[in-house]
Amino acid sequence: MPIVDIDWLKEHVEVPDDLTVEQLAQDLVRVGLEEEDIHASSVTGPLVVGKIVDFTPEPQKNGKTINWCHVDVGEKYNATDENGNKVPRGIICGAPNVGKDELVVVALPGAVLPGDFKIASRKTYGHVSDGMCCSQRELGLSDEHNGIILLREQGYSKEELDALELGQDAIHLLHLDRPTLEINITPDRGYAFSYRGVAREYHHSTGRPYTDPISLYEKHVPKAPEGGIGDVEAKIVDDNPLHGVVGCDRYYLRAVHGFNPTSHTPNWMQRRLTRAGMRPISLAVDVTNYLMLDLGQPMHAYDLDKLNPPIVIRRAHEGEHLTTLDGKDRPLSTEDLLITDSPEGNEGSRIIGLAGVMGGLYGEVTAETKNLLVECAHFDQVSIARTARRHKLPSEASRRFERGVDIEMQPAAAQAAVELLSRYGSGEPSNNPTDLNNTVDPEAIQFKVTEVKRLVDLDVSVDRISSILEDIGCVVAGGGNGIMSVTPPPWRPDLTMPCDLVEEIARLVGYDEIPVRVPPAPVNDTGLTPDQSRQRWVSSTLAESGLVETLSYPFVGDADYKTFALDPESMAARSVEITNPLGGDRPYLRTDLLHTLALTAQRNIRRGLDNVKIYEIGHVFHNDPSAPPIPALPGGVRPTDEQLAALDAGLPDQPLHVAGLITGDAVAKGWYEDSREVDWSDALSRVRRIAERLGVEIVVTAPANYGELPSTYEAATWHPGRTALVSLTDGTWIGVAGELHPHVIENLGIPAHSAAFELDLTTLFDHLSDQPLQAKAISTFPPVKQDLAFSVEESVTSAQLEAVIREAAGDVLESITLFDVFHGGALGEGKKSLAYAVAFRSSSKTLTAEDSEAIRASIVEKAQEIGAQLRS
Amino acid sequence: MFDEQAVTSSVTEGIEKIQKASSTDELKALRAQYAGGESEMTRASKSIGKLPPEGKKAAGQLMSKLRADFGRAFAAKETELKELEEQKALEAETVDVTMPVDRHPLGARHPLSTLMEDIQDFFVSMGWQIADGPEVETEWYDFDALNFGPDHPARQMQDTFYVKGDKAQDAAGFKGSNMVMRTQTSSDQVRGLLTRGVPLYIACTGRVFRTDELDATHTPVFHQCEALAVDKNLTMADLKGTLDALAVAMFGPEAKTRLRPSYFPFTEPSAEMDLWFPDKKGGPGWIEWGGCGMVNPNVLRSAGIDPDVYTGFAFGVGVERALLLRHDINDMHDLVEGDIRFSKQFAMGE
Repeated sequence: MPIVDIDWLKEHVEVPDDLTVEQLAQDLVRVGLEEEDIHASSVTGPLVVGKIVDFTPEPQKNGKTINWCHVDVGEKYNATDENGNKVPRGIICGAPNVGKDELVVVALPGAVLPGDFKIASRKTYGHVSDGMCCSQRELGLSDEHNGIILLREQGYSKEELDALELGQDAIHLLHLDRPTLEINITPDRGYAFSYRGVAREYHHSTGRPYTDPISLYEKHVPKAPEGGIGDVEAKIVDDNPLHGVVGCDRYYLRAVHGFNPTSHTPNWMQRRLTRAGMRPISLAVDVTNYLMLDLGQPMHAYDLDKLNPPIVIRRAHEGEHLTTLDGKDRPLSTEDLLITDSPEGNEGSRIIGLAGVMGGLYGEVTAETKNLLVECAHFDQVSIARTARRHKLPSEASRRFERGVDIEMQPAAAQAAVELLSRYGSGEPSNNPTDLNNTVDPEAIQFKVTEVKRLVDLDVSVDRISSILEDIGCVVAGGGNGIMSVTPPPWRPDLTMPCDLVEEIARLVGYDEIPVRVPPAPVNDTGLTPDQSRQRWVSSTLAESGLVETLSYPFVGDADYKTFALDPESMAARSVEITNPLGGDRPYLRTDLLHTLALTAQRNIRRGLDNVKIYEIGHVFHNDPSAPPIPALPGGVRPTDEQLAALDAGLPDQPLHVAGLITGDAVAKGWYEDSREVDWSDALSRVRRIAERLGVEIVVTAPANYGELPSTYEAATWHPGRTALVSLTDGTWIGVAGELHPHVIENLGIPAHSAAFELDLTTLFDHLSDQPLQAKAISTFPPVKQDLAFSVEESVTSAQLEAVIREAAGDVLESITLFDVFHGGALGEGKKSLAYAVAFRSSSKTLTAEDSEAIRASIVEKAQEIGAQLRS
Repeated sequence: MFDEQAVTSSVTEGIEKIQKASSTDELKALRAQYAGGESEMTRASKSIGKLPPEGKKAAGQLMSKLRADFGRAFAAKETELKELEEQKALEAETVDVTMPVDRHPLGARHPLSTLMEDIQDFFVSMGWQIADGPEVETEWYDFDALNFGPDHPARQMQDTFYVKGDKAQDAAGFKGSNMVMRTQTSSDQVRGLLTRGVPLYIACTGRVFRTDELDATHTPVFHQCEALAVDKNLTMADLKGTLDALAVAMFGPEAKTRLRPSYFPFTEPSAEMDLWFPDKKGGPGWIEWGGCGMVNPNVLRSAGIDPDVYTGFAFGVGVERALLLRHDINDMHDLVEGDIRFSKQFAMGE
């Protein structure tokens, strides 16, 4: 984001002499330009100007050559010889550009450079080096490190160089004592990507006088000839306009003849560019970069002699390529807008740049260029944005074009460029510009002044509204009938609706002036929905039962699938995949919470924690490969009901799940009881507790008895004999609980018999009634309590036997509890005993001995149907 | 033979022994010895019948007195001994109640979840509804409906996770799925407007996703709370009032908010919201907390609502940020790693 240098800002707006960057940041944030960072140099002195008096190259064994230099740093800082005379300091310097009589920047012992690099006298290469000649990088000025700073090359004028004194403070000279402010520019304020814009905003914030630089340059702009074609012929041929807009609506060229290619960029410009984070390259390039930062107009300088007019702005053809300035060869799309020229009369046959994004290698300004062509254009925001996105090539130019560049400033910006090129490069500007101008003036907004009150509740007079809008550059007309006609300035394409103007008024009046009021919401249908309450109940039930809630990232990969003994290929087909995952190894969204919950358990166990019991409530994602494609619909228009349905139809199913993972001891060893290891029952008991908490009856079935297994039940993950499928009484499958398969437990590195569960809460909640429970009357007749023990085949489950008992006993069964189980022994191989305590109670009478005997007999008879024999 | 002297001395002896008895068992034995079937007292009582009539009355009166004396002495001693024995029994059962016990170990809620519930409860108390939407969302709800056009620069600045696919094409002609991991809970705004209509006062808390690497202050998966109110006559003043009320609910009576001009495609005017945080380390100060503004007319139009009749405000705040501030947590890792020691620090109700 842009850097603001107060020294540069004050060219366009008056600032107080003692303005600090901190104060500047406060002033700018008030109008919406937020501070990103303050860049202050960490260099502390002494850092001084010195002159290399002599140097001796000394080749080293390692092949390097170092220079033993004597550097005059002035009377105050020079060394003292044995006779007490002041003499130049001896300094070792490895830079290749050391030269006699060069003025350099010297860090003397005691100085501290960025990175806490303390300069001290030290013995090296057989000498005592008494300071350091610095490069740009060593001072944190830029990345430049090809040699030390030679002040002669820094663009100082002869007068400036002559005025330098040896021993002079270089911290001040190099502006290291002046921090810069980096600001954030929101996408609507493209114009603030320039000093012109930031200065205007500073004026809005402080009221200090502002001069629009464009208004100064405009006075000197020569008129373009009739038809727009001046020195250089150009044409715009767009046969593929995007969204109905021609890619280039203004193309403006100015030639400069007799340019001196050896001329230097002045020091002030080099310094400003460097402080803005740009590398000075050559005068022609630096001027275009400088003016882009200053005015916000991206521009390009070509070697005029290399171009064959006409210059043609056109879309790329199928199969065309361009090698851009960064050296990359890029296949072009027919949506890419190009700058081309016409060698040998073939119009538009040679590509010289990707319009508004990056130039090509041909046509560049070189050290031999004598005649220049300066291009200032205005391109369609959408076209530039797409090209930058397509080629992953966000540039300083594209960033500005995407956000919208002033449609009127091209001649003035070009004027600024040719003035600088002629002042510092002795070129002669041609006064015959080419100007193809098809820009459309901004449309006037019909602005009801009452909108200010309606949206932000500020009482602002019509006069004040009018003067604020004029101050931001609008042309205001009318207003007598409460409706103003407001034409936004050409640099504010973001102002299109009345609410945009309201924001301008509110921010300049100050958001603090807006009153404060709490709106009374209409209280109907408020409160949590039943499902929102239920989610909380499930969560608190599990936490109360000893599990700790965790939240994991939903990302998984092949390795996670393998951990759970799942086939990565078939899981990938069922998984939603991310195009740009953070870690390439986890590109999928989880299909089960357990897959990411297990990673949390592992992390805890690896940190030395025992008996880890955790749960998570969150969404999982199920890809449906046959889902219809999601349509692209425009914003700002309500889609039809069919279109809305099509949007949702393409989305993956993403139900809310709850999962738990229970490891280690179920009951911890204590002084009052023995420990017990976790097993399947710890998972099932949590599931049953959840069902009880929600008031829903569940059916627990072993996979072997389930019939056709649900397609998303991942059998390989689970212990085949210690896992239950959990359903509702209508047969709807809602989840699974039990022990993990020993292989999975081994893969995870968690204790044996670790148990887990996962339930689909969305499905579960969908089947619950929101109606209040209808309570049964409580019988006060006495109960009859009996114990019934049956001998059955091992294959018969307790759920089957219990169901039979319930059915046979009917309404009088008040409770039934399985209290004892044993296998084999006296019963014989393959048999087990299930003993139940039952209680009968009638709602209408006291049960007699005959009554209870009859019930018992009916249970025994019914139990025989599944081969259960009463033992006692 | 009624031996007055013998029975009197026997009962006197019995009472003396009762008074010296040291256990209820001994007491019972003494009762059998001195008042039981074989005792002098029983023998004397039986022999009264054989006395001449003139002697019966005096003998009867004597026996009544002796029996009453014995009974009183027994009862008094029995009460005394029972109390003593009960006390001994209680002493014998005494344990060290300071020994640690935890027969039903408690788990813990995650503080992010409980904070989101607190935020929901705040809105419910204001008469608002709690809404939610999908985490894998269509680009239309996440961007287009919120006035981020297909080529809007802000759309590229969202650090979006895109869902892989090649069946669909976006409005700019790029092939894809037209689905993203929602970058903001604002994606629930237009869903709420379309399904619930106006007037509407909804808050959505939920997970959002951005392609930021996890570090001390960033996480790619985080939580937001979005608030949206659309009604006749709502202004930015109502926005400021609601924000201040939420700040007070979250951070105490001294908390307040401040707005700075900013930009979001889905609001106009837009603002960044700073929170005045009295407990800020190094002294009270402003801390960036979220974005807000008046609902952009194009967003209302996306839901078929006439912006000339209805106005609305919306804001979004980061839940992690609020939690870090409230509990002086310095590292985002603690919030996302699921270390049970972290969650267990928080009481369940907190």
